[in-house]
Amino acid sequence: MRIEIRDLQFSYPTGVQALRGISLMIESGDQVAIVGQNGAGKTTLVKHLNGLLQPTAGYVRIGDWDTKEHSVAKLARRVGYVFQNPDEQLFSKTVGVEVAFGPRNLGYPSEQVQRLVNDALGMSDLSDKTEANPYDLSATWRKMVALASVIAMDTDIVILDEPTTGQDAANVARIAHVIQLLQKQGKTVIAITHDIDFCAENFERVIAMSQGQILLDGQANEVLGREEILATTYVDPPQLTRLGKRLGFKTTVRNQEEFLAALKNDDS
Amino acid sequence: MAIVNLQNVTYKYPLTDSPALQNINLQVNEGEFVAIVGPNGAGKSTLCYTLAGFVPHFFKGEITGAVEVAGNESSKSTLHEWVLNVGLAFQNPFNQISGAKYTVFEEIAFGLENIGVPRDKMKQRVEDAMQLTGISELAERSPYSLSGGQQQRVALTSILVMQPKVLVLDEPTSQMDPIGTREVFGVIRTMAEKGMTVVLVEHKVEWIANFADRVIALHDGQILMEGTPQEVLTSDRLIDKAFGISRYTSVARKAKELGLWKKNELPVTLEEAAQGFALNPTPLREKKAHHEN
Repeated sequence: MRIEIRDLQFSYPTGVQALRGISLMIESGDQVAIVGQNGAGKTTLVKHLNGLLQPTAGYVRIGDWDTKEHSVAKLARRVGYVFQNPDEQLFSKTVGVEVAFGPRNLGYPSEQVQRLVNDALGMSDLSDKTEANPYDLSATWRKMVALASVIAMDTDIVILDEPTTGQDAANVARIAHVIQLLQKQGKTVIAITHDIDFCAENFERVIAMSQGQILLDGQANEVLGREEILATTYVDPPQLTRLGKRLGFKTTVRNQEEFLAALKNDDS
Repeated sequence: MAIVNLQNVTYKYPLTDSPALQNINLQVNEGEFVAIVGPNGAGKSTLCYTLAGFVPHFFKGEITGAVEVAGNESSKSTLHEWVLNVGLAFQNPFNQISGAKYTVFEEIAFGLENIGVPRDKMKQRVEDAMQLTGISELAERSPYSLSGGQQQRVALTSILVMQPKVLVLDEPTSQMDPIGTREVFGVIRTMAEKGMTVVLVEHKVEWIANFADRVIALHDGQILMEGTPQEVLTSDRLIDKAFGISRYTSVARKAKELGLWKKNELPVTLEEAAQGFALNPTPLREKKAHHEN
């Protein structure tokens, strides 16, 4: 399902202009990371995708739906949104009930709800925790419950707001795995992240934002290699990209495989 | 001289079966900077709470062994005595800020008011502390109008103004963006340079390698290993245990298998990695040099 954003502007009631003309096309099945300093407008932008915010000017289309013409509840069929802080979205007594809430609320028949819940729990490594109270789990597992409860809604588009904040290496790997599975299912995944190494290793397309505008948009290698421009929005290139630059590699590398290939071929 | 001394500390939270900390023996010398790494659930925060006296005074539960700071024993002190020994900074500055004060200045003075410091001394101490952490210009702002990095620096300042003997930081940058992270580590660097005794829990291993005298790896409530940052952060024992490992370490480990990393020790930082990889004799580089000649 294509996302089309055209000349999007948004001002908060306080008068702060958070988005200053964004035009963007995201195709079905794209994996996109949005990076940039706090206040760049990243969260404001993605909140337009599920109708939590409405454009001051311009438009946002999710498939054939203009977000102005559809309620947040209806847009929830197409766009799932995982909050940065799981505690802002969890409220049920058990993990199973929590994860079933979304698809049940969308009115899916009970067999389908059960299947979606099982799949989402499996993908999120939660199958053995269905009876647990989310608040008895550690913060890392609560994050997975929040993720599963959105996945279970089976939306074509999944938005992740800072998925790796406060997570340890094991859970970051788990989240990366979920993103891969979503990609295989043909879902569009859009993540806001400060974790630039995570971004480099899991996303093919990177959008850098600054002051309500798009600074860079393109293939990950292309964007992550633009050190000077990224510095203006306080983003450091990934560790291995920096190391490659230091060693004088001609191509921009962004993960271990690319680094080692460049090292072997002596890409300097 | 050890200012912190934990001997055989084992602790269980109320209503739990397995201990969150098991047989912890830990000495921290005056002026030392110790970093603690470990996966979620390893007991890092519990160890911070133990150092800060929240365990057992606030969380209750069952504790055995001895927790001593500057010659005082935690179990024989009250929590309000203990705050003068150990200051604890939380992950999220929101949890630290009192919510009872309208300005940053008042917020930082709050702890001093509680222990009855006279007004003129209080003003001086607050001003000195704000200068130290570089937030003097925020004095009249509301604590809630600040960015994450600024808020965390206010939280740190409100701890430092109490002049604790030991500063304990529990992942102080985990909720920060890159600017906030840099700001907060700037303050931590100042503290380290001033000779403050610091215990820092942190996932960002590249920062640890730049600061810490010693690193302790915690796993399943026990000390898995300790040593210099290089020794611990590049150890094979950390692999497959959900410890955060620097990309520089991982890539050099792989390169070493392929004969493309010549040094014995693995790198943690960009500098170390760049130096190590620069040792590789590269045929093409020689060819190019030859060609240019």
